[in-house]
Amino acid sequence: MMLEIKDLHASVSDTEILKGITLSVASGSVHAIMGPNGSGKSTLAQVVAGHPSYEVTGGDILLDGESILELEPDERAQKGIFLAFQYPVEIPGVTNAYFLRSAYNELRKARGQEEIDPMEFLDLMTEKLKLVDMDPAMVHRAVNAGFSGGEKKRNEILQMAVLEPKLAILDETDSGLDIDALRVVAEGVNKLRRPDRSTIVVTHYQRLLNYVVPDFVHVLVDGRIARSGGKELALELEERGYDWVLEGAVA
Amino acid sequence: MTLASYRDQFAAFTDNGGRAGPAWLPALRRRAFDRFAATGFPTTRDEDWHYTSVSPIAESTFRLVRPAASSVDLSAIAPYLINPSWSRLVFVNGRFSRELSTFAELPAEVDVTTLDDALRTDAAYLESQLGEHARIDHNPFAALNTAFVTDGAVVRIPADCVVEKPIHVLWVSDAAAADAIVCPRVLVTAGRHSRVSIIESFVGLAPERSFTNSVTEIRLDDGARVDHHRIQRESTDAFHVGTVQATQRRNSVFHSFSFAAGARLSRANIYTTLAEPGCEARLNGLYLLSGRQHCDHQTYVHHAAELCVSREMYKGILDDESHGVFNGKVLVDAVAQKTDGKQTNHTLLLSDRARVDTKPQLEIFADDVRCTHGATVGRLDETALFYLKSRGIHRDTARALLTYAFAAEALGEIEIDELRDALQALAFERYNDSVLG
Repeated sequence: MMLEIKDLHASVSDTEILKGITLSVASGSVHAIMGPNGSGKSTLAQVVAGHPSYEVTGGDILLDGESILELEPDERAQKGIFLAFQYPVEIPGVTNAYFLRSAYNELRKARGQEEIDPMEFLDLMTEKLKLVDMDPAMVHRAVNAGFSGGEKKRNEILQMAVLEPKLAILDETDSGLDIDALRVVAEGVNKLRRPDRSTIVVTHYQRLLNYVVPDFVHVLVDGRIARSGGKELALELEERGYDWVLEGAVA
Repeated sequence: MTLASYRDQFAAFTDNGGRAGPAWLPALRRRAFDRFAATGFPTTRDEDWHYTSVSPIAESTFRLVRPAASSVDLSAIAPYLINPSWSRLVFVNGRFSRELSTFAELPAEVDVTTLDDALRTDAAYLESQLGEHARIDHNPFAALNTAFVTDGAVVRIPADCVVEKPIHVLWVSDAAAADAIVCPRVLVTAGRHSRVSIIESFVGLAPERSFTNSVTEIRLDDGARVDHHRIQRESTDAFHVGTVQATQRRNSVFHSFSFAAGARLSRANIYTTLAEPGCEARLNGLYLLSGRQHCDHQTYVHHAAELCVSREMYKGILDDESHGVFNGKVLVDAVAQKTDGKQTNHTLLLSDRARVDTKPQLEIFADDVRCTHGATVGRLDETALFYLKSRGIHRDTARALLTYAFAAEALGEIEIDELRDALQALAFERYNDSVLG
C-alpha cells in the first residue's frame, strides 16, 4: 500500500473532527472522499499534508509503510505528498517561476539531486503549462496575486504537474469553477495519472467525478467513513442526497 | 544648553552673511530661527510627538558642516542611483556637487537648479514659494531647517509639460558629516496639467552620528500630477527628521511613497492640503526596522475642499527591539463634502521585543463624507506558511519569502518600475539572503 490511514483521530482546539478513519490507497488508484459540509473531509486532506492547526490524537498515517506523523509539511512534500488547496494563498512579489523553482529544487535537494538552472526550469514549466492550458505570462506573475478563482485552481494543478508527487490530494478543487474550467482542471489531473501515482479527490459534489473517474468512493459523516464503494456510489449520492447516508449512519 | 549652541551657530551663520542673497532671505531665516528658539525641540508631552522622544537629538550638539573638499566619487554613490541615466542633483553633506550631478534627460523647458543658483537668478519666484507650503508655526524642525537654509534643489515644471523620466535628488553624507546637522531643502512647483516624478534619496555612506533635517515643499497647480518618493537609507547611527508638504490645487494628483530602512531615530512628516475640489492624494509607505531603530511616520491629509479622494497605506516590518510608529491624521473641513478617505496601517512583527504604536486620527466637520481607517498588527499567517511548506519549502525559507512578500506588496504601489524593482530587490536580500545563502 502506498498510503495507509489507521484509526486516525484528529482535533482542532480540543474539538474532535476525525473520529477514527481507516483507509488504504494503493499505487495508481484514485479515491474520492465525499461528504456533507463539516463531515471532516477537508480536515482529513490537511492532516495528511501536516497542517499545524490539527492535533492528531490517535492512530497513524503511513506512506510506503513508514509513519509520517512526526514529519513537517515540507518533509512530507519531499516524500511525495502534494495538497492542492481549496483556497490557494496569494504571495505578492514572488513570481510563480521563482516560487516553483524554489520548491522544485528543495525536492531535488532532498533526493540528493543537483539544483536545476533557471533556463532549464523555464522550459520544464512551459511544457507543464500546456497541461492546464495556462497563459505562459502567468509564470512571471506573483503567485496567485489577483488571480481569478479558476486561475488559482489551475495554478494548483500546474504546481502538481511540476512537482510530480507520489500522492496528490485535491481539496475541493472543483469549488468555484465553471464547467469549462472544471473540464480543463480535470483533464490536467487525468493526464498526470500514472501507475505509480495515487490521487485522493475531496469533493462535495459528484460532477468532478464525471471527469476524474474514481476507483473508490468513501463517504465521510461526522468524522467517520459511513460508506465505501465504487464509482456508482457517487452517482447514487447525487441522486439520493447525503440524507440517505446520514440516516444509514444513525441506524 | 544646545539651544544656546544653535543660537551661537545662527549668529555666526548670519555674520558670515549666511551667504549673500536677496534681502528677504535673512528676514525669513531670522523669523524661522526665532520661531524655533521660542518653542525648542518638541517633547513627548506634545501630542504630535507622543510616541517619539527626540531627546537624543535635543541633547546633542550638532555643528553646521563647513564646505570641504569631498572624497565622495561616482563609484561610492553608484549603488544608490537606481538608473544612472536619470537626471540627478547630488548633494554631499548638504553641498551641491556639480561633478556628481547630471541633467542629461530633461526637456528643455524644465527648470532644475540648485537653490543657490535660483536665489541669484529667480529671487522673486523663490520669495513667493519658499516657506509658503512648509509652514514653520507648528513644526520646530521645519523652522530649524528654514533658519539654516542654504542649498537645495529647485524644480520648476511649466504648464502642460510631461517629464517622462524621474528626477533624482540624492543627499549623501560621509564621514565629514560626523556630529553635524545638514538641512536639505527641496522646492517643486508643477504647473497646470504638468507631470513629474521626483525621487529623493537620503544615504549615509559612513556609520556616523549625523543629523539630517530636511524639508520638501511641493506645489501642484490645476490638474498637475506629482509622484514623490522618499528613500531614507541613512546609516543606523544617524538621526533623521524630514517633512514633505504639498499644496494641491483643483484636480491635481499627488502620490507620495516613503521608504525608510535607515537611521537610529527617524521621523517623516508627510503632509498634504487638498485646497481645491477634485484632488487625489495617495500616501503610501514602507519601513523595515531592526536592532534598536525607531521610525515614526506622521501623515496629515487636510481635506479643505469638496470631492477629493485620499488613500493611505503604510506597512512596517519590525524585528529585534525596533519601534515603529504610525500616526495618520485626516482633517475634513466643513466645506469638504463628498470627501472619500481611506487609511490603513499594517505591521508585521518578527520579534517579541519589537514595539508598534499606530494611531489614526480623524477629525471630520463635514456631514456627507466617507472616511475609514484600519490597522493590523501581527505575525506571519500560519496558513500561508503551511502553503509554502506543503510545497517542500523549508520553514525558514518560507518565513523569509512571506516576509519579503509583505514588503513587496507595499512597494507594488510605486509606479516607476526600476525604483520598485530596486527596492524589492533590497527587501528580498534583506530577508532572504540569510536563508538562501
